[in-house]
Amino acid sequence: MDNVIEVSGLRKTYGSLVAIDDVSFSVRPGEIFGILGPNGAGKTTTVESLAGLRRPDAGVVRVLGLDPELDGRRLRQRLGVQLQQAALPERLKVWEALELFASFYEAPGDWRRLVEQWDLTEKRNASFASLSGGQRQRLFIALALVGDPEVVILDELTSGLDPQARRATWELVRAVRDSGTTVVLVTHFMDEAERLCDRLAIIDEGRIVAQGSSRDLIAGLGVEPRVRFTANGSALGFLEAVAGVSRVMREGGEAVVHGRGPILARVASALAEHEIDPFDLRAEQPSLEDVFLALTGKQIRD
Amino acid sequence: MTEAWNMTKTELKLFLRDPMAVFFTLLFPLMMLFLFGSIFGNEPDPDLGGRGSVDVSVPGYIAIIIGTNAIMGLPINLATYRAGGVLRRFRATPLRPSVVLGAQVAVGLVFAAVSSALLVVAGRIFFGLRLPEDPAVVLGAILLSAASIFAFGFILASVLPNARTAQSVAMVVFFPMMFLSGAALPRPLLSETIQDVARALPLTHVVTLVDDAWSGAGLNLAAMLVLVGVLAAGVAISTRLFRWE
Repeated sequence: MDNVIEVSGLRKTYGSLVAIDDVSFSVRPGEIFGILGPNGAGKTTTVESLAGLRRPDAGVVRVLGLDPELDGRRLRQRLGVQLQQAALPERLKVWEALELFASFYEAPGDWRRLVEQWDLTEKRNASFASLSGGQRQRLFIALALVGDPEVVILDELTSGLDPQARRATWELVRAVRDSGTTVVLVTHFMDEAERLCDRLAIIDEGRIVAQGSSRDLIAGLGVEPRVRFTANGSALGFLEAVAGVSRVMREGGEAVVHGRGPILARVASALAEHEIDPFDLRAEQPSLEDVFLALTGKQIRD
Repeated sequence: MTEAWNMTKTELKLFLRDPMAVFFTLLFPLMMLFLFGSIFGNEPDPDLGGRGSVDVSVPGYIAIIIGTNAIMGLPINLATYRAGGVLRRFRATPLRPSVVLGAQVAVGLVFAAVSSALLVVAGRIFFGLRLPEDPAVVLGAILLSAASIFAFGFILASVLPNARTAQSVAMVVFFPMMFLSGAALPRPLLSETIQDVARALPLTHVVTLVDDAWSGAGLNLAAMLVLVGVLAAGVAISTRLFRWE
């Protein structure tokens, strides 16, 4: 099957500021595709171009085979969008918003089911102004899905949600994908991208710096796993002789042992032999955080 | 068409939930009618060309109704929608942009019509308001006025960035216009100089057009030309300046 989204050479400037430059990626049908990057990296400009809300200066965008600039309205019949910095009229009630938005689509889904799914039942009669941040967020996700879209764009979908609601949201997004909808997930949360996305593009300062599955991106980095534990001054030179260990370093009060192979077990037994038994001995797998750090030389912060 | 109707229906509901809008649009003109009607009555007055005080006031009050909807309501609503991201949210749907804006104008027109009708019925029942000989001419005058002043309001709606600015600017534009145009006070009470200055205000020509049509003096061509010009300028400027975000 053809790609659902094809982007190549996308560029957008605001005055002298280059928001995105030479952005290219493709999204396959039925996957959760992540666009990961720090705030201000150009993520929102990118997805706004996908939805036909921005006119790029250069580049080609095709979503479901349509050009968002020329066929925006036809495209948005099949594309749901949850935007950052959006609002509804203050006195509009939750159910009214869903019913109204459903009427914009030729073949809408059942908005009453979305009310239940996104845990808005108690708030159906509440006005938009009275909703909490998390409730607004869930309403906007429901509105993005109300047209029963083939593709849905979710821009920072878990910002404003508490940890429990975040996890529940991730489950629901997986369910959306499993029902056949392709999901484009924009996020600055590393853990969200790593757990939820089948593939992703990392964007920084308007450019795509890497793309692929998070597993491949991490493996491609060639960073060794680490073992970490609290070591209060004990001499640890003996660990350098353990099979597979390449380096032993100290960070604050912690020892960090780099190496390959089953180093956690080997380090553990070596420590036991020397009668050192830290409570917090643990292995650290490299994560997207490391990928981002390696590619950009900086860390993503909230 | 369904979505246009749903959008308008929703905006009508929202309007009725807004106490400020209901007060200024529906109650304020009636308040003026009863206040000044009870003070001056509606006896035929030779100074007013044989018309009563209520007779000469009602066309002006209709101008006020059009003005509150077009110069206050429309820009404040649209600026609030723009600043909050409501327009942005609607743009991300398959909805035609004209439906979003059209619904606003439709709601303004519907409530202007309801409010004018209430005013005329109350004036007739309580003060024996003299009705125009040719209602069709009056209706035509009101429709042209509404179109023109809404187009003027759209210029404000296009350039005012947020609700707070829109509120202040709309008031600064509207309230002086309401008094200087002869809409709230009979024009003969205003000095010649003020009347000359007031000719620069679009609402002045609404009062002239509607009042002449009502009193049987016919359609005032000069006022019509000015209002058509305002309409054309309003459409041209706001289509150029309107911003969704």
